[in-house]
Amino acid sequence: MMRLNREEMARRVAQDIPEGAYVNLGIGLPTKVANYLPVDREVLLQSENGLLGMGPAPAPGDEDWDLINAGKQAVTLLTGGCYFHHADSFAMMRGGHLDICVLGAFQVAVNGDLANWHTGEPGAIPAVGGAMDLAIGAKKTLVMMELLTRDGRSKLVERCSYPLTGLGCTSRVYTDMAVFDLGSAGARVVETVEGCSVDDLRNLTGLVLEG
Amino acid sequence: MIDKQVATAADAVADIQDGSTVMIGGFGTAGMPDQLIEALIARGAGNLTIINNNAGNGEAGVAALIREGRVKKIICSFPRQSDSHHFDARYRADEIELELVPQGNLAARIQAAGAGLGAIFTPTGYGTSLAEGKETREIDGVNYVLEYPIRAEFGLIKAYRGDRWGNLVYRKTARNFGPIIAMAARTTIVQVDEVVPLGSLDPETVVTPGIFVQRVVGIPAATTNKRG
Repeated sequence: MMRLNREEMARRVAQDIPEGAYVNLGIGLPTKVANYLPVDREVLLQSENGLLGMGPAPAPGDEDWDLINAGKQAVTLLTGGCYFHHADSFAMMRGGHLDICVLGAFQVAVNGDLANWHTGEPGAIPAVGGAMDLAIGAKKTLVMMELLTRDGRSKLVERCSYPLTGLGCTSRVYTDMAVFDLGSAGARVVETVEGCSVDDLRNLTGLVLEG
Repeated sequence: MIDKQVATAADAVADIQDGSTVMIGGFGTAGMPDQLIEALIARGAGNLTIINNNAGNGEAGVAALIREGRVKKIICSFPRQSDSHHFDARYRADEIELELVPQGNLAARIQAAGAGLGAIFTPTGYGTSLAEGKETREIDGVNYVLEYPIRAEFGLIKAYRGDRWGNLVYRKTARNFGPIIAMAARTTIVQVDEVVPLGSLDPETVVTPGIFVQRVVGIPAATTNKRG
């Protein structure tokens, strides 16, 4: 089976982001999706620290550290973009104005429960940031992650064992082996990579999967 | 004549006492009122409760307050970062109390305080460990958590330009928590890059009306540095 690498996963997610969408890309892997949005498609990226119409990183030496994204990296503002304060920013999510957010995850359950903020390990310092607001706020929450952990356990699970970020909030998961739709009826396989069958996925995850 | 200008950062924070609750603007370092915080450290007030999105980055701002042992408790959304070493050390030594609040709830609770609301019902956090023990309610088929306003005796923020009435505009994403902190703090103290004459801010684009501001200190622009 030819698993997708992280760049290919980002390209796959970008295909599903339509013209005109308002989108928040989470810190880490989801940030890569921006690199694969076609230039002729007008998609507005929101960053929850207070900008809409986020552009690419500035050239080295041109950084303005008053113009950063939620990951605290220097960014630029596209023509027509704007700034706003934090209460407005989170109203864009909670108020149902943001179309899509793409998040990474430790685990996602077949019913859409998401765990992506805390491992719950003793001694770990918890930090939640905007994860919980994003998870439940956008009209559609998409997750991208490798299907398996490094030691081969499925991150798509019947029930999350890590602390939850939001209940039933994830509608679709993009992985390196397949795309799954999630919901109260369980997980459905939307597509698989070449050489991967739905039965392979059932064996790897141990889950009941609709094919 | 209304003149909210004070001469120095030290004058601006001179009445912040031990045990005060202080809300501080800034997301990472953008919008962090470093010079007001330096003055607060020099003043010596300790046992403070601090409200900020983070728990300090690098060596300046909130990080310096924590390093100097002035912070009893911090209310924030994202304490752990690559350069939050001063917080990390105090937290692991059990020398600082942490109240973790989802970022949007933090903003909404600060805004609720400034708007005079008694509480809010928010969907964020429902069913998670951060809502444990809190009252919940189902409204029109959606589950919400009851959260209370976050108020403060003092607010320290940074803006780009301000006038003697306290009208403010901000710079780029350094705006972040400034406008809502200005509303929520009983005494809002602002460091501005430049104090401008009354009438020179376009009234259509004033972001924080002066009614929410009590003190303005002009501190010529220091470029925001990369940290965190």
